[in-house]
Amino acid sequence: MKLTLKIWRQKNAKETGKIVDYPIDGVEPDMSFLEMLDVLNEKLINKGEDPVAFDHDCREGICGMCSLYINGEAHGPDRGVTTCQLHMRMFKDGDTIFIEPFRAKAFPVIKDLVVDRSSFDRIQHAGGFISVNTSGNTIDANTIPINKKNADDAFDAATCIGCGACVASCKNASAMLFVAAKVSQFALLPQGRVEATERVLNMVNQMDHEGFGNCTNTGACEVECPKGISLENIARMNREYLAASLKG
Amino acid sequence: MALDSKIPEGPISEKWTHYKDHINLVNPANKRNLDVIIVGTGLAGGSAAATLAELGYNVKAFCFQDSPRRAHSIAAQGGINAAKNYQGDGDSTFRLFYDTVKGGDYRAREANVHRLAEVSANIIDQCVAQGVPLAREYGGLLDNRSFGGTLVSRTFYAKGQTGQQLLLGAYSAMNRQIGRGKIKMYNRHEMLDLVIVNGKARGIIARNLITGEIERHSAHAVVIGSGGYGNVFFLSTNAMGSNATAAWKIHKKGAFFANPCYTQIHPTCIPVSGDHQSKLTLMSESLRNDGRIWVPKSLEDAKAIREGRKKPTDLKEEERDYYLERRYPSFGNLVPRDVASRAAKERCDAGFGVNKTGEAVYLDFASAIQRYGKEQAYIKGLDANDAKVVYKLGKEVVENKYGNLFQMYEKIVDENPYVTPMMIYPAVHYTMGGTWVDYNLMTTIPGCFSIGESNFSDHGANRLGASALMQGLADGYFVLPYTIGDYLAPDIKVGPISTDLPEFAEAEKNVRDQLNKFINNKGSHSVDYFHKKLGKIMWDKVGMARNAKGLAEAIDEIAALREEFHRDVKVPGVLDGFNQELEKAMRVADFLELGELFAKDALHRNESCGGHFREEYQSEDGEAQRDDENFAYVAAWEYKGKPSEALLHKEPLVFDNVKLVTRSYK
Repeated sequence: MKLTLKIWRQKNAKETGKIVDYPIDGVEPDMSFLEMLDVLNEKLINKGEDPVAFDHDCREGICGMCSLYINGEAHGPDRGVTTCQLHMRMFKDGDTIFIEPFRAKAFPVIKDLVVDRSSFDRIQHAGGFISVNTSGNTIDANTIPINKKNADDAFDAATCIGCGACVASCKNASAMLFVAAKVSQFALLPQGRVEATERVLNMVNQMDHEGFGNCTNTGACEVECPKGISLENIARMNREYLAASLKG
Repeated sequence: MALDSKIPEGPISEKWTHYKDHINLVNPANKRNLDVIIVGTGLAGGSAAATLAELGYNVKAFCFQDSPRRAHSIAAQGGINAAKNYQGDGDSTFRLFYDTVKGGDYRAREANVHRLAEVSANIIDQCVAQGVPLAREYGGLLDNRSFGGTLVSRTFYAKGQTGQQLLLGAYSAMNRQIGRGKIKMYNRHEMLDLVIVNGKARGIIARNLITGEIERHSAHAVVIGSGGYGNVFFLSTNAMGSNATAAWKIHKKGAFFANPCYTQIHPTCIPVSGDHQSKLTLMSESLRNDGRIWVPKSLEDAKAIREGRKKPTDLKEEERDYYLERRYPSFGNLVPRDVASRAAKERCDAGFGVNKTGEAVYLDFASAIQRYGKEQAYIKGLDANDAKVVYKLGKEVVENKYGNLFQMYEKIVDENPYVTPMMIYPAVHYTMGGTWVDYNLMTTIPGCFSIGESNFSDHGANRLGASALMQGLADGYFVLPYTIGDYLAPDIKVGPISTDLPEFAEAEKNVRDQLNKFINNKGSHSVDYFHKKLGKIMWDKVGMARNAKGLAEAIDEIAALREEFHRDVKVPGVLDGFNQELEKAMRVADFLELGELFAKDALHRNESCGGHFREEYQSEDGEAQRDDENFAYVAAWEYKGKPSEALLHKEPLVFDNVKLVTRSYK
């Protein structure tokens, strides 16, 4: 395949960036999107140019490190996958592909396609945990049976990989889906109920503090989420938040 | 220097308890005056950071990723072992200990493995208390499955994402401490050297990967939890950034490196598709619970399938060779990983491979779908003879168990594994070798510890499935917090370590010199060019089957490649800013040294054991031949200026509780 890539190049956080065109030839359908970028970078290095910086690590869709806004969609045109799992068979010969970083005020660009998502970490520091010590002096794991439906729903919420596609896809750059996934995981488990009130208040407070936008229920986040995190989690978080606010 | 493993006296089941009762403790007020550096935030590093911070130490944690949640432990799929015996199928601490020692082909240290088995049950309690959503049955209790090399169901899991859920558990425990200021987290930082002051590990030199700044960090102890070195093969199931730099730097500063040749080649990975391949993807071993592995019985059928003239579903039952079930009737498809990998290679080398490259075998779920479908039909009172109903119900069960793995396979290969069998082939996955540590998990450098995959201690020559997660969390949550206290107790009056000491300045200068050299090297090839060449030498000559001639060649070729790399590598970009090529250059420089030691170790070990298979040492039917008389020891290598000069030290392995026999899964 022969393609034209239009890639966002930005030297560092301070300088302004721009789209640069890169023609590329010999792309095979079995390549992953990132392997296609590897090929481009190899060519750039051989020509003495600066390769395109992009985040990636596990390349099997679980670490959440890769990002990229491809033709106006977080993680590109396929559904239920991260960019590293996107394959070039989704494109056809002659296509033009726009590749940009995830854009949000709370995700400043570091270089080219690499953004800083440490705002996500700080939301987790505010309440994304259950306050038990890791000393091992806990009760036997089977002491509290947990309803399978709740356990499964908690698991589904917990599969969030923290990639930030929800934020990048939202016209308000809202992090509601990300925060709701963690709030839900713990709200559904008896171990997490103990601190449920403080958790939701603290995490939402930190989310607002980081400069994420509000949720206007467009549902774009759910569509683009590579792990299929459901909007139901946002509804659950809203209920938790309301109840917590009333308690004060 | 003689190796002292510091194994406590007494019967094996009492060693750990006795040890804990008699070590030095640090009182809570004094813990506030002690700093600990932890490099790596996977299951081992992350759990250690959280626990040490809870105890009161000041922790500085480092990871090269943009968040500790992305460490490669996250990619572990299948499960975590624990001797809970919830299934009442005869499991016990001793059995887990025994299975692990046997599975490791009798090349692990008994005392460490027993301790691991002892604390395993506690890990599950801990994780459930943290809100880790492990799989449950309808009654609300935890579910188990079985894994290779065992005869009980002791594996806890969270669908095919167990590593993710356990890591997020450790990450949440870290977050609690980061929020309290007890852990200072350094994301996007890479450790580039260890600083030793008066014979003790007292700090590290790290590079801020965003700004390129070189930073000095001091502490009273340094813990390495940076994972394994599988990426020395270029293609592996490790993450792209997984590297051996931290472990190799401490090796060069005096930590012995043990058993580098023990590498696990995992049998169920997605086969290579072309030259552009950047990494390999694992399909969880748990699939072997229900999937049956086969190749065609006849060479003609195999050829027809490779050429696209026949489909696997065209072959009748009697035309298929379920070679694991044939060769190993008692364990069948659940033989340990090393055995399953070699058997696949044997069939493919004999011409029975089933994809274009001839390097793939089938993993077939058709009979599992039938079996589960019939079972569900009975439960639901439906017609168990209706093929459509059975298929639908059976597919649902399989989807529920392995859904995300099937989806992953389909996205990569573009074939539906519910309809046509999966194709799999072995790939480099895990390294059992690593920094040598004593019973305290301390390396041969006082104050420098190594935990999780980066040490060598618990898995011998072959790791059983679902044991890596167990070891990582055991080391971090339950072992290191005791042993490091014993080490730090005499240090309570030392006070903060200054980073102005000459040792810091010297280490920093060395790091700067290396970085400068790469940036100013006007070479002609990219880092990947050399990394791929190294990977090819490793896979061809130091891979699944090795021989003396190939290993000797590999040693020379790697040394020559390393020389060429330093002369001719081209690293674009700047020193004082984000530069991914520079990061890679530093890592590959270390792989090029480690690879040579790896081959040297493999050449010296004149036996076949676990993941180390020497073609010269096999039985007539192709099974591995161990040599307990001459090789029942840990090979710990001391760095002497370059890999070829490495000096061998032997730690004899003493087996008082397990009888050494030929490992048989027949």
